[in-house]
Amino acid sequence: MTRATPPQAGAAISQLVIDPVEWRDLAQDIAAAGGRLLALWGTNRVGQCGTLHAVAIAPPHVLLISFPTADGTRHFPGVEDVFPSASRMQRAVFDLCGLRSTDHDTRPWLRHAAWPDDAFPLAANPMPSSPQSPIDDYAFVRVEGDGVHEIAVGPVHAGIIEPGHFRFSVVGEKVLRLEERLGYVHKGIEQRFTELPILDGHRLAARVSGDSGVAYAWSYCQALERMTGTAVPLRASWLRALALELERIANHLGDLGALGNDAGFAFGLAQFSRLKEHLLRATEQALGQRYLLDLVVPGGTRTDLAPAGAAGLDECMIQLTDEVTVLRGIYDEHTGLRDRFAGAGAVLHELAAWIGLVGLAGRASGQPLDLRVDAACAPYDELAVRRCTQQDGDVLARVTLRFDELVESVRIVRRILRAMPSGDCAIAVTVPEAGAVGVGLIEAWRGPVIVGLEAGPDGSILRCHPQDPSWHNWPALEHAVIGNIVPDFPLINKSFNLSYSGHDL
Amino acid sequence: MLKTLQQILKTGIVTEAPPAPADELRVRKALESRIREVLGRALCIREVDAGSCNGCELEIHALGNPIYSIESLGIRFVASPRHADLLLVTGPVTRHMEVALRRTYDATPDPKLVVAVGDCGACGGIFGSGYASCGAVSNVIPVDVVVPGCPPSPTRILAGILAAISKPAP
Repeated sequence: MTRATPPQAGAAISQLVIDPVEWRDLAQDIAAAGGRLLALWGTNRVGQCGTLHAVAIAPPHVLLISFPTADGTRHFPGVEDVFPSASRMQRAVFDLCGLRSTDHDTRPWLRHAAWPDDAFPLAANPMPSSPQSPIDDYAFVRVEGDGVHEIAVGPVHAGIIEPGHFRFSVVGEKVLRLEERLGYVHKGIEQRFTELPILDGHRLAARVSGDSGVAYAWSYCQALERMTGTAVPLRASWLRALALELERIANHLGDLGALGNDAGFAFGLAQFSRLKEHLLRATEQALGQRYLLDLVVPGGTRTDLAPAGAAGLDECMIQLTDEVTVLRGIYDEHTGLRDRFAGAGAVLHELAAWIGLVGLAGRASGQPLDLRVDAACAPYDELAVRRCTQQDGDVLARVTLRFDELVESVRIVRRILRAMPSGDCAIAVTVPEAGAVGVGLIEAWRGPVIVGLEAGPDGSILRCHPQDPSWHNWPALEHAVIGNIVPDFPLINKSFNLSYSGHDL
Repeated sequence: MLKTLQQILKTGIVTEAPPAPADELRVRKALESRIREVLGRALCIREVDAGSCNGCELEIHALGNPIYSIESLGIRFVASPRHADLLLVTGPVTRHMEVALRRTYDATPDPKLVVAVGDCGACGGIFGSGYASCGAVSNVIPVDVVVPGCPPSPTRILAGILAAISKPAP
């Protein structure tokens, strides 16, 4: 007999429907309890008032909060003073849905010139047929004073990275202020979701941010499985965790190499990128893809793990352990590297708590949240993940944390390979009823990936909102670089390694 | 320092032989031999992410690892289109990147080549085209070679780049 996970596996999600006037009080209560706002999105449909949805966590409680806009208006109470990262999410809600927060910053965020300011891609009224609007003039905050000048970078960057714009105000080499402008890779993902069958949406979810494809596909499927009461075979959830940890290891290896390189130590890039390539090849041998974008499907996984593939992965893990130990020793003893890493781009504990820093960068600044521990879904409830944290919040802390988490993920992978239960790797999923709502929460390598899903009639998607952890951490990067020198920006930026695509949607 | 040298010696040379140029990926008629002579085997590439999910970028990054070692073939990535011979473009091209991509193309000196990478660069992929997406790279700038895949492997991307600068097999 195949063991199955209970349909409501993972932390219980409490659903709250509140009045708009209660939202600020509730947000303050959540913040006072040390909680985090993880996601915020809007819906705006014909014949209905606008509705806001938020996902918040105050371990061990996970909340899905919904409230309508105030009577007869398209306005809702802003909470940027409680959760600073809400500011950009609220601006995005307006750009896409036409629902406006009461907070003061009303500049567009995801909308540049692709559509006019009175059209809303996800709102009731259809978009104009010719959406191109000629004006793209963004009001950056100006810093004035003797010797202050601006450096504008992007959207096309010097390296092989995603596009975005950074506006530095500097004196000499010292950064006084950084202002980010994102939205360049806004592809209309949330609208695209509504054109896909709900049993097919995981493919798009996996491509919200390709470096976190397993996490997104799993989060989407978790939302779908919650709303349909699907009991996923236990083996499938173990396979998903295996894929998620392999994704974490691959990204950490890539970042550790790139961070060495950005500090002038090309040896690190050569060595870690070689190890990453070995891992990707072992992953392809075992599970069919170098990046497992198509592994997680509704009801389980697309392929099972063959014994030969498992042996190859285990061998790869043993080799990784040996080699990473040597390389870590070299990084630790390299005075030039430590000089560049230590103290650069520091986000101290209090600032991190106030901004609501999450995920890897959060844990490097003493913010312990890790959904694998705090809202553990199967099989993480059995895997006993060791939570890794650092306190200094600088580049060195984020490097050290990556080493620690890499070691822990290797342990988890080996444990999974030894203890994975037998059984099927997938079960059929029924189409959810129209109006059903589900939420997925997965700790990706970068941080919590949240998917809010609402079913439409006949197996369609009425609304799907993926929220990347980068929404919470991009604002922290602006603080992290203050007082640092411009040439350290690439290093500091890399140490966060935030997603543009996952953020811009 | 000693440990670093020991590790380098222990690792040795891990570079594999490059793939044959993938002639079938060419979408424009064979390049004039004069262009191949000009660009030859010292090729400078400017990578432009015009809207990708960043999956293709991961595999383009891998070209620099010691196993594919693209620099050992005389090919390197440069920081400005003004230094580039070839644009390696991932998509779908978002409407917000359309102007930046056109400007990057215009800033690249002639003769120049364009290789579109990934299913999205080839045809818009799963994102298609819509209010925010122009779809394929060829909807915005002329494309010489298309490397489909989601994401394509480093070997395929390299075979596509080599196809752009090689003489077609007779």
